[in-house]
Amino acid sequence: MEKLDPKARRDPFGKKINRDHSPVLAYGVPWFTILLGSLAPMLPIIAAGPILPPLGYLFLLAWRIYRPGLLPMWAGLPLGLFDDLYSGQPLGSAILLFSLTMIALDLIELRFPWRGFWQDWGIAALFLTIYVGFTALFSGANITVIQLTLILPQLGLSVLLFPLVAQLVAQLDRLRLTRIPLSLIPWSNR
Amino acid sequence: MAPPQAQRAGANKKAQLGLFAGYVFASAGALIGALLLIISLWRPETFNGLRSMASDAAAPVGEAGASGRTGSRSFFEAIAGYYDAGSKNAALEEEIAVARVRLAEAQALEQENARLKALLGIIESEIEPVATGRLIGSSSASTRRFGYLGAGRNDGVRVGMPVTSPMGLVGRVLETGATTSRILLLTDPESIVPVRRATDDVVAFAEGRADGSLRIRLINLGINPLEEGDIFVTSGAGGLFRPGIAVAVVSELTEDGAIGRLLSNPAATDFVLVEPIFQAEAIEAANAPLLSETPAEEDAEAEEES
Repeated sequence: MEKLDPKARRDPFGKKINRDHSPVLAYGVPWFTILLGSLAPMLPIIAAGPILPPLGYLFLLAWRIYRPGLLPMWAGLPLGLFDDLYSGQPLGSAILLFSLTMIALDLIELRFPWRGFWQDWGIAALFLTIYVGFTALFSGANITVIQLTLILPQLGLSVLLFPLVAQLVAQLDRLRLTRIPLSLIPWSNR
Repeated sequence: MAPPQAQRAGANKKAQLGLFAGYVFASAGALIGALLLIISLWRPETFNGLRSMASDAAAPVGEAGASGRTGSRSFFEAIAGYYDAGSKNAALEEEIAVARVRLAEAQALEQENARLKALLGIIESEIEPVATGRLIGSSSASTRRFGYLGAGRNDGVRVGMPVTSPMGLVGRVLETGATTSRILLLTDPESIVPVRRATDDVVAFAEGRADGSLRIRLINLGINPLEEGDIFVTSGAGGLFRPGIAVAVVSELTEDGAIGRLLSNPAATDFVLVEPIFQAEAIEAANAPLLSETPAEEDAEAEEES
């Protein structure tokens, strides 16, 4: 068989014989990357202003837009809680915004089932604008006109970063479905 | 591209229920979030313990990164540094900046000395730092400006203590975990520090503007006596910060004061010092809430200490 077609027993996710997708990877990778993104404030960047994009939210958006149905609807609560613990925002801000994002994206998907790159980016840009605006509003600091211009660089950076994050998510999606030997999947019944 | 799988339930009763439950759970999550947000905006100290536990857990990651940050400035300056003339130039510049601050601080001290001598009999002792540590992170995605310090309650750090670097004041401790603590940086919009001009007695408040600069508001309004390049140091009023720590240099004049550039850029610091509260007794006696966020724990902790 291999002589006729070397790829006969392979697909983009690896060899097929005696291997299968790992449920830990398949369901864990999205959660893990979003949590890792939320840990960004622990990066050794001491910023003078809010310049770092909300990486946890960017990953949540990318996973939800490109792999709908993978994250459960309630994912906003635990992911938002973790994000709040590190972001410096008052607790509850990310829980609320993440949960509302999950609902809103579901409704948008219902309305526009066919999509393309520009539409996805546009939706992400819209959501990021709302998210960054509301985090500034919820931050507990007095909002002045200065502060509204203050979030613009962060907003621009986040919107520009989204296609990159989406690419990264696409690569991670391959990793997510990599086939691993059955011996490494203890509860496999094959 | 169409969504990879049909999300809709159709006539399947079970799938319909599942979909409905999903919406219910997500709405419940949003509701819980809204409630928590209201509570934490109303009583910001409520979830401090939870947060400091979380940052304690993530501290090793931050510590590892912080040691690598040494010498680099802020995010963009670090990138720009590669295109600059070279690290030597930066090192020299930093040396000059330190020297300039030292000079201003020395002038302030000189004046302080003169004043103390005039008062007679008041001898200020050398201040021993409570703890040293690295800034292991900051709320770089939020409008608030918090820093995370790699020293906590176990090192003797208490809420309200000033945090300084060799370049000047960095901020004050807002909440403490066992091994980490959260710092309210000077540039946070909620941070207000009483300052005076290093060369004379022009007193003002330095308020954070969240973009790396400070707004210096003069207490005595009238003809604005400030000039670009004036250096402001802490005045010691309020009893929290000892007098004479460098805070900001004036970069732009406004109607009621000036916009100041922060002297001790937290991104450029390696180690920071946590100093004891300047006049702890006075603050305790006043029994006024120290911080804008009125921590209830603070009084309890102050009592424990005494």
